[in-house]
Amino acid sequence: MSSTTGDAVLPTTSTPSIAVIETAGKKARKRLTSPWASLIAVVLAVLWTAPTFGLLITSFRPRADIDGTGWWHFFTKPTFTLDNYREALSSGSGGLGTNFINSIIITIPAVLIPISLAALAAYAFAWIEFKGRNLLFVCVFALQIVPIQVTLIPLLSLYVDAGLNGTFWTIWLSHTMFGLPLAIFLLHNFMKEIPRELIEAARMDGAGHVQIFFKVLMPLLTPALAAFGIFQFLWVWNDLLVALTFAGGTPELAPLTVSLANLSGTQGNAWHLLSAGAFISIAIPMVVFLSLQRFFVRGLLAGGLKG
Amino acid sequence: MDTTHKFITMFEAIGLFVAVVGVILFLASRFSGRKGDRIVALAFLLPTVLLISVGLVYPGLKTIYQSFYNAAGDAFIGFDNYSTIFGDSDQRTVLRNTVLWVVITPFIATAVGLLYAILVDKARVEALAKALIFLPMAISFVGAGIIWKFVYAFRPDQPGIEQIGLLNQILMWFGMAPKQFLIDTPLNTIFLIVVMIWIQAGFAMTVLSAAIKAIPEDIVEAARLDGVRAWGMFRYVTVPSIRPALIVVLTTIGIGTLKVFDIVRTMTGGNFDTSVVANEFYSQSFRSGNQGLGAALATLLFILVVPIVAYNVRQLRSSDER
Repeated sequence: MSSTTGDAVLPTTSTPSIAVIETAGKKARKRLTSPWASLIAVVLAVLWTAPTFGLLITSFRPRADIDGTGWWHFFTKPTFTLDNYREALSSGSGGLGTNFINSIIITIPAVLIPISLAALAAYAFAWIEFKGRNLLFVCVFALQIVPIQVTLIPLLSLYVDAGLNGTFWTIWLSHTMFGLPLAIFLLHNFMKEIPRELIEAARMDGAGHVQIFFKVLMPLLTPALAAFGIFQFLWVWNDLLVALTFAGGTPELAPLTVSLANLSGTQGNAWHLLSAGAFISIAIPMVVFLSLQRFFVRGLLAGGLKG
Repeated sequence: MDTTHKFITMFEAIGLFVAVVGVILFLASRFSGRKGDRIVALAFLLPTVLLISVGLVYPGLKTIYQSFYNAAGDAFIGFDNYSTIFGDSDQRTVLRNTVLWVVITPFIATAVGLLYAILVDKARVEALAKALIFLPMAISFVGAGIIWKFVYAFRPDQPGIEQIGLLNQILMWFGMAPKQFLIDTPLNTIFLIVVMIWIQAGFAMTVLSAAIKAIPEDIVEAARLDGVRAWGMFRYVTVPSIRPALIVVLTTIGIGTLKVFDIVRTMTGGNFDTSVVANEFYSQSFRSGNQGLGAALATLLFILVVPIVAYNVRQLRSSDER
């Protein structure tokens, strides 16, 4: 996260001179030396990290130690095991291995489909003139605020009528529908920033919309697609409500979140399973998030600040 | 269904989808020039409009309609479900909790995010420091619920039994008795809210930090030359400059908090007087089989979101005009 992410959204009006940079540097040093500021920052950072850290340590401690002593005893008497992960993943008690696969099966189409459809729709909204364009765009934009709770039960009966109930299609389609308004809005914002001359020039050369879409826009849109891709990935992977509604009654389809929530309800004190299970579900989004943070921040700012 | 079969289903689905998009693109590419514009627009928008109509518009309207029907959904009962929400004592607890969530979470999360953004701004380890606060955003609400349930874990205060939850151990170190954080009402709702603040502060910090960095350096310099001190700088330079970002952050967190469900369900299941509207919607619709009341609760969520969004849009408009 550098300062450039901020500049991309709210461009600064002044170009800092060397003198200003020097004073800024002096100011930075002055801030660092303010002991109170540093202390508060460190306290906050510890407060924010300790809960996750504690459970992470716990997931590697033997079951007897977890139940007998607090995780902070790890520092004085370190014990280490991978048994918790083995047990959580094995089909016996935890059975999260199947859910892990389900999470992957659910997430990949539920990210790819809305991105592609939204890219097409956003292109039409941004660069094709047609009657009723603004009205339709405002409608799609406004649908972002519909809480998904409002849609779940009628949607469930539609799926039952269509014979889709008990298949992954219910979850894929639902995430696609719920993700489209935000995706279109984000991608439209990015597409509008592409200079009109670029599109006009391509049209002058006789390029059709499909060619412009793939040859001119796609290469420029990669960051935007990545930004929304991460959003949707995190949203789908971490979702509980949609999965519970459409796969709650079908354990065969249930993703990690659903069985973790169940585990927390039925075996609330089985901390060796809960801690390992939590980190099995956290690991992948954490890696994706940290490695693609740049895109995520950009998407966040574009989505939030341009609303 | 075994794993291989599941992956085959997934690739079939992706293949089917690619074929549909391929057909759309192929048809669209046969029309060029200004005349074909309308057909291309139609082809590009049709799948989206269909999905949104079937998945959002129709179900939304249907739910509002259902909210005027009884539990089984076969008799019209007017506003009875809504009077239950505002009259029944259990439901009133749900409303009270929801108000607590929506009032407390946005302000504390934003305050923490803003404070931290200012504290680490231009520090040498800024990127790392921010990542620490930011990371909970990648963790699912279910995962966060489990992480915090462990922090709040309670063991009875007996010889030979040690606390395994950090918070109760800290109480013991200070010579206090351990508490059942998630069971004792009404404070248990506050302890659940802490989890949401923990998740949302990173969002607030990221957006506000970008806004702070976009404040023109000459304004800050001018204020400094006028002898403005740290607090004055915050009050008269920083906050007014980032006002639009502050409003966006507050309203976004507010809306997210209104719909909070996973945390409550994972940590208490809505027991011990901790239920909120979104959780009660789930319980009534899927557990108690009261379709009408469930629909009314969902509609209530929708109604509550609208003024927050309207306020947000109005504020952004007026800041654009300035």
